[in-house]
Amino acid sequence: MIYMNLFYVLAGVLFILGLKKLSHPKTARNGNLTASIGMLIAIVVTLVTFGNLDFRMIAIGMIIGSIIGAFFAIKVQMTEMPQMVAIFNGFGGGASALVAAADFLKNAQHLMNGDMIMVGSFEISPIFYGAVVAFSIFVGTLTFTGSFVAFGKLQGFISGQPVVFMGQKILNAVMALVIIVSIVMMAVPGSIDLNLLFIIIVVVSAFLGITLTIPIGGADMPVVISLLNSYSGIAAAATGFVLLNQGLIISGALVGASGLILTNIMCKGMNRSLANVIFGAVGGVVEGAAAAIQKLNIKSYSTEEAAMIFDAADKIIIVPGYGLAVAQAQHAAREIADFLESKGKKVLYAIHPVAGRMPGHMNVLLAEANVPYELLKDLDEINPEFEDCDVALVLGANDVVNPAARHDKSSPIYGMPILNVDKSRTVIINKRTMNPGFAGIQNELFGFDNSIMVFGDAKVMLTQLLADLKDL
Amino acid sequence: MIDVITIFVLAIFIGFEVITKVPPTLHTPLMSGSNAISGIAIVGAIISTQAGGSIGTWLGLIAIIFATINVVGGFLVTDRMLKMFKRK
Repeated sequence: MIYMNLFYVLAGVLFILGLKKLSHPKTARNGNLTASIGMLIAIVVTLVTFGNLDFRMIAIGMIIGSIIGAFFAIKVQMTEMPQMVAIFNGFGGGASALVAAADFLKNAQHLMNGDMIMVGSFEISPIFYGAVVAFSIFVGTLTFTGSFVAFGKLQGFISGQPVVFMGQKILNAVMALVIIVSIVMMAVPGSIDLNLLFIIIVVVSAFLGITLTIPIGGADMPVVISLLNSYSGIAAAATGFVLLNQGLIISGALVGASGLILTNIMCKGMNRSLANVIFGAVGGVVEGAAAAIQKLNIKSYSTEEAAMIFDAADKIIIVPGYGLAVAQAQHAAREIADFLESKGKKVLYAIHPVAGRMPGHMNVLLAEANVPYELLKDLDEINPEFEDCDVALVLGANDVVNPAARHDKSSPIYGMPILNVDKSRTVIINKRTMNPGFAGIQNELFGFDNSIMVFGDAKVMLTQLLADLKDL
Repeated sequence: MIDVITIFVLAIFIGFEVITKVPPTLHTPLMSGSNAISGIAIVGAIISTQAGGSIGTWLGLIAIIFATINVVGGFLVTDRMLKMFKRK
């Protein structure tokens, strides 16, 4: 048993080293391999140390899981990565909840009698055990259903718009209260049947996962996915406390911390608090938006006219947004950039932290299209570059380039750090239609004197633009 | 008991230290990679098959399937992504 924990620590060390190597693209792939070796060690040690395991069951489960996991991993398109991560978060949380549930069912009788609980070779107080097992089931189940709602929204099974109903916040508050009371009652059992309490926790947690995720709209998804990522780690750590397993505790803590950091970065990228994202339900129709559209003086150009502007430019910055992912236009964007570079022009990419539907979404898409990662610049790096930029090409991004965030105190996105594309000599904006962005607000940028709209699907537009550029 | 809490707290601090150094370009692989690590629940799932015969074993089986999807899928897709990140 002592040796077993040494191996779990070794696995933990490999996870940490693996994450450390993720600090640079050059070493990142090796880091992923390092972490997977850690996982292999943890699994093998568990298999050889614990007696009485049902190897047939384990083999069946691992084979089925491997086939499904590998199938998803190989088939998924890079544009679908957010929903892939969402659903994997769900499986992780679900697994933790199931493990805690199985352990609870094993010990329910002892817990009800108020006996000490045997965990491995340790005797654990039923108060501690009851609280952590209930908490573990709660977080795991919440992660499971919340992730599936997030998946459904990203995949388009459920409306990407915030779904709000009367009394939603009160309902959530009541359910949260039920959970807290249930956790306490699990730790200090009174007259209530613990099996019934267990069912209450599962059902309410599952429901709470749904009602907490469903009001959150598409562009807030980066926050939700990061948060669910963190929950899946917390669930694993909580299950680690149930089983007093160091492997689970270390890894769960690492993942929990990782998710929290990303959540924080995403919130900062939108200048919103986490509470505001979860309970704010921004979006839908904002009054006055329709009137504002008419005030904008919009210039719509053909790709041919746009091509001439590119031809005269020396420095071009491409600003990708979710629209690029939807149109699968990453390769087309890269081809344009290649052509412009071959003409001796400088091309850079500006990546806003919340562009797309998950942290780093745009970076992965552009990496897929073979754009070298040195050309992808984050907010602080790229904003000074717009000052002497000839053309900023905005592809399916909207709120992250809205200058209202800088000056309009009444705007819902006021204070959000934005890409200062309007400082460029010319801004060429590609959108499918004039529909306002996710936040439901009109973008004054579209009416600026130096702004030009080129309407159409990003991929179709870029392909046409490239043809026109070659014809010049 | 205090031991495991100590481990937990220290691991969180290490996590914060290491992960703040990951550049935004790699945030998606970081998520899918850490996702694979949260598949560590597989260790708990394996142990839960000890219960034997009862409903607990079946929960254990589903847990193994879920966690394996996470581990195998997570590491594979992360590798697939990281393979694409190239220099000029």
